[in-house]
Amino acid sequence: MGFWEKVMKLDRRWVFLLIALAVFIPFLKPLNLPITVTKPVKDVFDEVERIPPNGSPLMISTDYAPSTAPELDPMLYALLRQCFASKRRVILLSLDTQGAGMAQAGLDAVTKEFPNVKSGVDYVFLGYQPGWSAVILSMGEEIRKSFPTDAYGVPLDSLPMMKYVHNYNDIPFVIDLSGSSAPMSWVMYAGARYGQRVGVGTTAVSAAQYYPFLSTGQFVGMLGGLKGAAEYERLIVKKGYTKAREVATIGMDAQSIAHLVILFLIIIGNIAFFASRSYKERRLKSV
Amino acid sequence: MRRKIPLSIAFIFGVIMIIQFFIPHPVSRDFFQMILDWMIIVGAFTYILAVSSLIRVHKGKIKRKKEGWGYSYVTLIALVITAIIGVIGGAFQPTKVTTTLFQKINWHLQQPTILMVIYRYIQMPMQATMFSLLAFFIASAAFRAFKARNITAVLLLITAFIVMLGRVPVGSLITRRLPETFHLSNVVEWILNYPNMAAQRGILIGVGLGMIATALKIILGIERGYLGGGD
Amino acid sequence: MKERKGLIIGFAIVLIIFVVMLIKGHPSKSILVWVAAFLTLFIYSFLYKDNFFYKFAEHLLVGVSVGYGISVVWQNAFIRKVFDPLFITRTYIVNGHFHFWAFLAIVLPTLMGMLMLTQFTKKTAWLMRIPIAFVMGAGSGMSVPASFQTYIFKHVQNTVFVTLSISSFIMIVGVISTLIYFFFSKEHKGFLGKTANLGIWFIMIAFGASFGYTVMARISLLIGRMQFLLHNWLGLIK
Repeated sequence: MGFWEKVMKLDRRWVFLLIALAVFIPFLKPLNLPITVTKPVKDVFDEVERIPPNGSPLMISTDYAPSTAPELDPMLYALLRQCFASKRRVILLSLDTQGAGMAQAGLDAVTKEFPNVKSGVDYVFLGYQPGWSAVILSMGEEIRKSFPTDAYGVPLDSLPMMKYVHNYNDIPFVIDLSGSSAPMSWVMYAGARYGQRVGVGTTAVSAAQYYPFLSTGQFVGMLGGLKGAAEYERLIVKKGYTKAREVATIGMDAQSIAHLVILFLIIIGNIAFFASRSYKERRLKSV
Repeated sequence: MRRKIPLSIAFIFGVIMIIQFFIPHPVSRDFFQMILDWMIIVGAFTYILAVSSLIRVHKGKIKRKKEGWGYSYVTLIALVITAIIGVIGGAFQPTKVTTTLFQKINWHLQQPTILMVIYRYIQMPMQATMFSLLAFFIASAAFRAFKARNITAVLLLITAFIVMLGRVPVGSLITRRLPETFHLSNVVEWILNYPNMAAQRGILIGVGLGMIATALKIILGIERGYLGGGD
Repeated sequence: MKERKGLIIGFAIVLIIFVVMLIKGHPSKSILVWVAAFLTLFIYSFLYKDNFFYKFAEHLLVGVSVGYGISVVWQNAFIRKVFDPLFITRTYIVNGHFHFWAFLAIVLPTLMGMLMLTQFTKKTAWLMRIPIAFVMGAGSGMSVPASFQTYIFKHVQNTVFVTLSISSFIMIVGVISTLIYFFFSKEHKGFLGKTANLGIWFIMIAFGASFGYTVMARISLLIGRMQFLLHNWLGLIK
């Protein structure tokens, strides 16, 4: 067997080890590569900045599970830090059972950094409600129909923040954080029917397919994958909203090296493929 | 009868919801809100289907002593314990039972409820790790299977290369001495906003037409897969 | 024999590295973080070979996930939308007056949803189709006009009304050729065939972009777990 044929038959566990090292080493020896902010991310940031402090709330829908948390959690944390630091109100909800847990975990983590922030005054966590499109449509008429109480059982009517908030007319911007097709539902029902401005934070897997919606303006902006989260973290740090650990930004060095390693593996795989093919053809000719 | 009633219900409510979209009258809006409420309440009960299906599968595995049947006990015990803790102890807000109990034994939790502790330290890490295995498998698959066998595969490969390099900081570093138009990040943005977006839009319009066709087939009773088998 | 030797050497190296990391780092003092870390390592053990630890963790995950789902649906859906309005807050009684339609608006969907429970007996299992048909019918009806607006009108509008530029021309050609590629009712011959082939090129560019993004997404998931192990568990990185 030739060298390149041996390369083609390499045990995949060596490839696993290479990827593990490619991700592990940059954490111990950071490269601190610069991050450039792109327009879709800046558009989301600017839209949130346009919301007046102590006024109408931003609505964040956490429709994701722990499986996509490494990409979407940093987005949620950055949005909450931006809002709490600038006294912008937030309504959190989830159309996914797991997403409710992610929202609660996010609130637990970020409210520790802002001890003056109170539930019912600065933020409201509505929890989870089944029905997906029915819930999105129902909130267009009256939020209390889908969520009569918050996730803790407190009636919405008794929450100071919700006194003048009834439907999408009272919500300037909705951001959907999701790794599934939930953002499409928000565009279809909240955006198309009620004219609600919608932004999206999504995994890199889905980001490429949402560009048509960015182009039509159906999405105001988009945070795509860990890079999108890192860019948003840069923006809020630049604005002075937080000094917290930038989880996504720290991960970008490892992302860069891992991408280079995978590109190297693809190149080596192709060289091995063509070299072993011409080796086989030469052997057949000599026979 | 057993199929006619559900098909009639699907037809009636399907047509009503289409017509309702075009009638802005308050009566129509109130009716629409009522149907949405009904969908939310009925939607809650559909979870019973998922749970009963899982329990049935694992019970069957244990009964027939299929390979790995011992692990089914792990699943069922974990399910029962977590459900009891969540229902009695509360999901996001502790119930009166747990508040009184914790006060009596002087126990303070970092998370609001025991369910959130289980979610944060057992479910979240395991689920995230399960999906992170894909990073290894995609690298292995890229090494073994991603071959430039023909011109379209080469085009796919080149685009993937550009996007993978351009979307990370190291890509900007490689092309920093070139004019700004040729910076990898700008090239990637152009690819995503024009040729990629064009193809995605074509696919999207096709998907939209397919969704409308499927929805109409369900309403008209042509598509009956959701009724299940049997008469 | 050779593999066993390799396994022992590999295990010894990992153990040494682990002990060094424990000494040099600031490992977490929380037992829950240690539980989470070990469950993470149980799942990663699958990369070497399928084993008892992985299978245990996998089955535990399934059970805990469904148990969590039951708790959240119970508290946020049943209690909030059915139990409370019917028995606690009694929203159908206003100023001492019983409103029959408001009462029916809660009871009817509850009864319809309870038809799901009929699946457990063969004789009545067909009744389960009623709530499913209601949700499917109403959901399909809602989606028809919304799909037209979201997927068709907006995108056709944005394709046709564009500023004149080479990029816009490429975009229009791309959309039309992609749509023609997916039109299978006519044979792809002649001009149609050539346009469909051009559509394939655009689709390959889109798939290449998607692949690049997918790699990025998968690596991000691994980065997240690595951050947990190195920062939250071992305290090796800030």
